[in-house]
Amino acid sequence: MKWDEFFVTGEPMIYGAMASIVLVSVAIVVGLTYFKKWGYLWREWLTTVDHKRIGIMYIIAALLMLFRGGMDGLLMRGQLARPENGLLDAQHYNEIFTTHGVIMILFMAMPFIIGLMNVVVPLQIGARDVAFPRLNAVSFWLFFFGAMLFNISFVIGGSPDAGWTAYFPLASNEFSPTVGINYYAIALQIAGIGTLMTGINFIVTIIKMRAPGMSLMKMPMFTWSVLITCVIITFAFPVLTIALALMTVDRLFGGQFFTMANGGMDMLWANLFWVWGHPEVYIVILPAFGIYSEIISTFSKKNLYGYTSMVVSMVAISALSFLVWAHHFYTMGHGAMVNGIFSITTMAIAVPTGVKIFNWLFTLRKGKIQFTTPMMYSLAFIPIFTVGGVTGVMLAMASADYQYHNTMFLVAHFHYVLIPGTVFAVIAGMYYWFPKLFGFRLNERQGKLTFWVIAISFNVTFLPLFFLGLKGMTRRMYTYSAETGFGPLNLIASIGAVGLAIGFGLLVYNIYWSFRYAPRDTTGDPWDARTLEWATHSPIPDYNFAITPKVQSLDCFWNMKKGKEKLFEDELEEIHMPSNSGQPFILGVIFFFLGFALVFSWWVPAIIGGLGVLVMLGIRTFERDHGYHIPVSEIKKTEQRLRGETV
Amino acid sequence: MKRKGLLLALMSTLLLLLTGCEPLLVLNPKGPQAQTQANTIIFSIIVMAFVLLVVYVLFVVFLSKYRASKLPDDYEPPYEKGNKWLEIIWIAIPVLIVAVLSVVTVKTTNAVEKVPVGYENQKPLVIYAASSNWKWHFSYPEENIETVNYVNIPTNRPVEFRMYSYGPITSFWIPQLGGQKYAMSDMVTKLHFVAEHEASMMGRNSNFSGEGYAHMEFEVLSMSPKKFDEWVNDVKANESEITEAEFDKLLATPHVGRKSYTGTHLTFSPAPEGEHAGHNHGSDSTSDDMDHSNMDHGDMDHEDMDQSEHSESEHSNHE
Repeated sequence: MKWDEFFVTGEPMIYGAMASIVLVSVAIVVGLTYFKKWGYLWREWLTTVDHKRIGIMYIIAALLMLFRGGMDGLLMRGQLARPENGLLDAQHYNEIFTTHGVIMILFMAMPFIIGLMNVVVPLQIGARDVAFPRLNAVSFWLFFFGAMLFNISFVIGGSPDAGWTAYFPLASNEFSPTVGINYYAIALQIAGIGTLMTGINFIVTIIKMRAPGMSLMKMPMFTWSVLITCVIITFAFPVLTIALALMTVDRLFGGQFFTMANGGMDMLWANLFWVWGHPEVYIVILPAFGIYSEIISTFSKKNLYGYTSMVVSMVAISALSFLVWAHHFYTMGHGAMVNGIFSITTMAIAVPTGVKIFNWLFTLRKGKIQFTTPMMYSLAFIPIFTVGGVTGVMLAMASADYQYHNTMFLVAHFHYVLIPGTVFAVIAGMYYWFPKLFGFRLNERQGKLTFWVIAISFNVTFLPLFFLGLKGMTRRMYTYSAETGFGPLNLIASIGAVGLAIGFGLLVYNIYWSFRYAPRDTTGDPWDARTLEWATHSPIPDYNFAITPKVQSLDCFWNMKKGKEKLFEDELEEIHMPSNSGQPFILGVIFFFLGFALVFSWWVPAIIGGLGVLVMLGIRTFERDHGYHIPVSEIKKTEQRLRGETV
Repeated sequence: MKRKGLLLALMSTLLLLLTGCEPLLVLNPKGPQAQTQANTIIFSIIVMAFVLLVVYVLFVVFLSKYRASKLPDDYEPPYEKGNKWLEIIWIAIPVLIVAVLSVVTVKTTNAVEKVPVGYENQKPLVIYAASSNWKWHFSYPEENIETVNYVNIPTNRPVEFRMYSYGPITSFWIPQLGGQKYAMSDMVTKLHFVAEHEASMMGRNSNFSGEGYAHMEFEVLSMSPKKFDEWVNDVKANESEITEAEFDKLLATPHVGRKSYTGTHLTFSPAPEGEHAGHNHGSDSTSDDMDHSNMDHGDMDHEDMDQSEHSESEHSNHE
């Protein structure tokens, strides 16, 4: 292999990216060395098993990926702003929409959600950490190195270019001979293993580690949504694992599962992909529903309306999510009968989703609504997401879908679901739980301004796409002629995209400004909230709660503040904590090495990497580490310090 | 927050006005199938507009009535567990809506999959539409002609398109005649259209298939049966025979302009249907073709034998 086959060459934008990657890496290394932070980084972050720190790392990684994926989106909108535009060529455009999709779903939305899950769930159930803290760190580092592996494809070897769905036979060696799709198969596999372990970890955590008294029906709604999501993860991700494994066999070892030759079945890939892919949509949307439930209830100063029906509707959605996958390819020719059945199952999802919308609306009724930044996002979610929801019902109708399929109408629909659904939720969640993690709120004035810019720009960007779809513009076209008449609406959409970019820029500025100037919160409960996570100090001590809370009701912290309930009655006791470990990080590095070798079919390094993984598993198997105990005296000192008393 | 809803309404009307000058292709049908789909779409928009209205009204009313700034300081929101009757209402009404939409969907889906009503007794014009790289081949087996990147059809006669692909999955879409369907390498899919008006229509591949995908457009021209016959005779009289060598060259070229030929490529490179199908699913399968499930359909484009010479033994060990 020649060096110009290894590195991507001939694209000025990619040279720019290479230069900036090198510069940023050098800056990080120099900075860490200059400020003598290597030890801090290793001790406090790379080796941590603390769910809060792992959550923060997930969120930082997700924000970075948001900007990578957002840049892809911005370039796409730049290219489509006018007819016959020359900003990108076909190949570059095809790579960019592929990576935009993969990164936004798998390396932005999911890790952001998982990050918030990590931070909040153990606190909401009154636990000291997740059930398997070490496994949690492994999950994070596999996700992280999977994401990094996927991202370097863009300078080394070339990015995947067959769409985030990677349909065969287009994704086979015959039609995609570069290593791009290998990156897709291997990076997603590595990150996917991490996600599957997260799913299992949180199911066990929520089932086994709730504070005494917290029965399932006294669990905060976010925790419920996470439990259901993790069940979906545990059922859906093995399908992806198998599909990617078969894809890897096809691409690296000459298998013929999905190829055009020797009886390969291209339709099998589409089915496997969407059997995972549709539940995946609910994996990113259900926790968002949980976040909104918490925020709407908190800022309406009212309990969540119809709690039981909220839980039941989520369970119904999770079951239905596995019965609708064929609606992604009604047009594959499986006839009116099959399409009819899948249309009905798909539309049925509208019923439990509608139940949730009405319950949120009736939570607002008779409330005392405070317009804080997280609440603004949650409120905007209702009208905008409903547009996404009703267009989803329209798409579910098979006969009509023959006209929407693969068009900008579909693109508009899923952005109307995923952005107000998931992106607004994670931003709202970040604003909401930020003071819990860092001990101060993000500036509200800047936050609200940012909200308006993002919410308006979002509609300017994506509303025109509905009409473009009905005008006959298909997705994934890198260019169009002036005669099509697509020009004006595309230009409006592109202007909106610039607005979104400005909005996310403001978001970063808001975080930066607040870190420097925002007043510190000393109460631990700046929003006057209802659930258990607000009952401990902010920032949170390592052990979360000095005394394990005893729960009697759903909004137990609210009731405690009203004097109806006592949470912390027991005496201080020694606390058992898990020890930090560098093994998860090292395992991630080895997986990265293994994955990179596999992408390029370098067998000897790949075998060494594979052995490395086995060695790490062996070391862990025979390791005896029972963690450590924090003595009562130290807990007392920490508690006094956090209460602001002098020790 | 009230401003948000108003803003949305304002923007949608604005956009409607903006796009109003030029018709939306999907809602400007030229045949009964596209008409059925346009009606379905309009109907669903009306139903969904009602749903949106209900949600928006509740949203605006609750937000304006229960904002903290409008309530007395000592107002304490009540504890509300939920309400059985309200729950029943907002489950029952959506269930009814979904039921109505389901009936409409099943009916219209059946309708658009069949030959349009009123045209069942006419003999359809069969046209094979095959995609290769980034172009479309149209074969008229009965007329014994073939075109590339354009297709002419007679008005008021059912047309049966049979789609397949010489490579990645593509999707055959003529918005003004009706919705799309995939073209795949291992089977033939069918669409039944009728053009009721003489028109020039846009047709294209709507499923991403690689580098030249954006340019995979073709023109559909519907003309009176008389003109259509004249055109067929014209092609037969003036255009050269499509040979296998010529066809292979065509397949290998990524982009070409319009072309017309006498003869069709089906004679030497048959479509993946019946005994040539990749997996023998589909109603056209004949009884003896179970043995062909392992055939090397990936090499379809290199097959150099005449359709009439096909036999089981030659089939499996080709190349």
